[in-house]
Amino acid sequence: MGERQIELEVLRYNPETDSEPRFQRYSVTCREEWVVLDALNHIKETVDPTLSYRWSCHMAVCGSCGMMINGEPKLACKSFIRNYEGVIRVEPLRHFPVERDLVTVIDDFMDKLKRVRPYIIPKQAKAISEGEYLQTPAELKKFKQYTLCINCMLCYAACPEYGLIPKYIGPAAIALAHRYNQDSRDGGRDQRQEEIAATEGVWECSFVGACSDVCPEHVDPAGAIQQVKIKSTLDWYTEHLMPWLKK
Amino acid sequence: METLQTDVAIIGAGGAGLRAAIALAEADPKLRIALISKVYPMRSHTCAAEGGAAGVIKPDDSLEHHFNDTVGGGDWLCDQDAVDYLVQEAPKELIQLEHWGCPWNREPNGSVAVRPFGGMKKQRTWFAADKSGFHILHTLFQTSLQFASIQRFDEYYATELLVDEGRCVGLVAIEMRSGQMRRFDARAVIIAGGGAGRMFPFTTNGAIKTGDGMALAYRAGVPLKDMEFVQYHPTGLPSTGTLLTEACRGEGGVLLNKNGRRFLQDYGMGPETPLGKPVFKTMELGPRDRVSQAFWHEQKKGNAVPTQWGDSMLLDMRHLGEKTINERLPLVRDMSISYMGVDPVTDPVPVRPVVHYMMGGIHTDIKAATPLSGLFAAGECACVSINGANRLGSNSLTEILVFGHRAGQSAMEYVQSGARPAADAAAAALGAAAQGRVRELMRRSGGTETVAGLRKEMMHTMEQNAGIYRSHEGLAEACAKLADLRRRYRGIELHDKTNVYNTDLLQALELGSMLDCAEAVTQSGLARKESRGAHQRLDFTERDDKNYLRHSLAVYHPAQAPRVEYLDVVITRSQPGVRDYSGGHE
Repeated sequence: MGERQIELEVLRYNPETDSEPRFQRYSVTCREEWVVLDALNHIKETVDPTLSYRWSCHMAVCGSCGMMINGEPKLACKSFIRNYEGVIRVEPLRHFPVERDLVTVIDDFMDKLKRVRPYIIPKQAKAISEGEYLQTPAELKKFKQYTLCINCMLCYAACPEYGLIPKYIGPAAIALAHRYNQDSRDGGRDQRQEEIAATEGVWECSFVGACSDVCPEHVDPAGAIQQVKIKSTLDWYTEHLMPWLKK
Repeated sequence: METLQTDVAIIGAGGAGLRAAIALAEADPKLRIALISKVYPMRSHTCAAEGGAAGVIKPDDSLEHHFNDTVGGGDWLCDQDAVDYLVQEAPKELIQLEHWGCPWNREPNGSVAVRPFGGMKKQRTWFAADKSGFHILHTLFQTSLQFASIQRFDEYYATELLVDEGRCVGLVAIEMRSGQMRRFDARAVIIAGGGAGRMFPFTTNGAIKTGDGMALAYRAGVPLKDMEFVQYHPTGLPSTGTLLTEACRGEGGVLLNKNGRRFLQDYGMGPETPLGKPVFKTMELGPRDRVSQAFWHEQKKGNAVPTQWGDSMLLDMRHLGEKTINERLPLVRDMSISYMGVDPVTDPVPVRPVVHYMMGGIHTDIKAATPLSGLFAAGECACVSINGANRLGSNSLTEILVFGHRAGQSAMEYVQSGARPAADAAAAALGAAAQGRVRELMRRSGGTETVAGLRKEMMHTMEQNAGIYRSHEGLAEACAKLADLRRRYRGIELHDKTNVYNTDLLQALELGSMLDCAEAVTQSGLARKESRGAHQRLDFTERDDKNYLRHSLAVYHPAQAPRVEYLDVVITRSQPGVRDYSGGHE
């Protein structure tokens, strides 16, 4: 089985001991099937127990190990060493404050997620005893892809608008709002519009599409944002130009 | 030390903890709820569950069938009153999740779809493709955001429970961001901390599954029940241990040895069923313990498929076709390609048994209450017990909902019955002592042991001696080794003595939890001189109902091995019988 010597350049920053971030280089003997996370774990276990980063599932579903790998936002558990040549540079996700080493502060996203009301606001309340809401496979398909967001923050690290305007609600939160708007069981769109159709909502997006490109779960937040824009525009026309169409 | 006052503190924000929190918030908006977790809720390991959640919903099924499958699957070590409660509440909980938006797969008419699962007589596993746990977790987490009374403490690691005059009155936790310790004074505490699979080297469990919740209760004097029962899931990827869901077989995938033979027919699970037409409760739909054990025997016979990561078998799903695989097993395909370089559409995937689930855990009654007043537990960290000696696939996602909800209700009833927090002076003294213990570990110098070194030795001894088949010799060796490791643990010196997000410290604390849990596993295993479910002894090969139709209870001792006691199983109507997974069963 193949082994390979690689060099990792990892951003280090401990607010208690460092005045500014620095890079530390590690030389690691990797097995050919390793991902970058395996190399970090190897460093943590055998070379440097002080290195800090988040990880858990090692199967791209918990969303913990997002980081910049050679300048691109990636999940470390799905970034195969074999796809890289030369020194691999590992940094914390762009656009987020660094808590320590590769650990970022994600309070901003947690707050925004809550603001978009990412839960069913029932169109029609139903008791448990009445059974499930019927939802056809076609109705499910309308929102299913947006449910796949693992909140890994890669799209925020990729989004140039979020970098410029931190108040921008951003791709994942808008995609999740859209997910509930599109759900046949939901009647809460008007409430969500206050957040996502506001100035700091979808209109900040300049449709670069980087969010969809980097999504490890193939969610299309850019598509969701465009759909919200179109629907919000239609709302505006209905409201201002054709008020008689308003239900 | 900063102190926070709350009514109910919940440790762990995975499926069970979130379900408990929502139950409390819905029942009484005035209750103050502190949801404390060492990770953000959506990182909890519930997210990795794939196959689905069992609950009777279709007209040809019945609660009695679900009960019988579960009790027989558990080799009659389940408490039957608890199983009755599980199967009766299951459909309600699953419909509740549907109302909260869980994207369950659907039938063409819009009703919820179900799939077959191992050991189940009917189709009753609700699923959301092969990311069922992920969707359950995110549905619960997102739903929880509407309740102002749920105050989250993300990335807080609980180090100790506060126990005053025989009551649990709160806990102490490290705020990871600052390294500061916080005291939570609570009128009731719920532990929902998940399993402990990371005590083994080859596991489907994420890095966070280190038995912290179990250890918290155990050290506070609550016994750990049935810890010897560790589930091996038959189909993990040999390279990483990544789980390929049992739904692969539910959908019709088959297991082959190196000769291409569907070998389960040679282990009491035959005769062979037609390819692509799975039959309930036989062949590839046998229970996990039996399938994993069959692999062990094949390996002994030299029938395993060699890979660079060790002996394996083949999971063949080619006959399902690309469309079915993409629709119902997309994650399985993605992971097989990513981590093994094998596309299940065109090739069989090498798999082997992998540590997956702890049937045992914190001793609770049917109301999720522990023997310690004010302390409740639910989910994988708890043992109610509905899983007995072997859990059936898709019962654990149901369990976190049913008993998460129940733990919330019970905690509320306890609070409403007039439970008060401890007097301030008593709580302060307890908190200061707990803080002192963490400080001592942080500041210790001159120690020669490392976290990574001890952890490796622990994993090795567990894999060698507490695996699919066990013996007196091996278990005794493991017990001695673990006693030694616990002693050496006190000689750990941290490399990292700083405060902010100190993972060296956290991993040391997690290792302490795992060592305690591991010793409970091996001591309980050593004492159980029979073979039942997932606990198979080479020296006691038969089930022994006369002596061991009982739960084990491991009772903690700070310096010595735990004492193992026993408790009768609750049997209401199903007397121990033969577990028949041959195609001949009715």
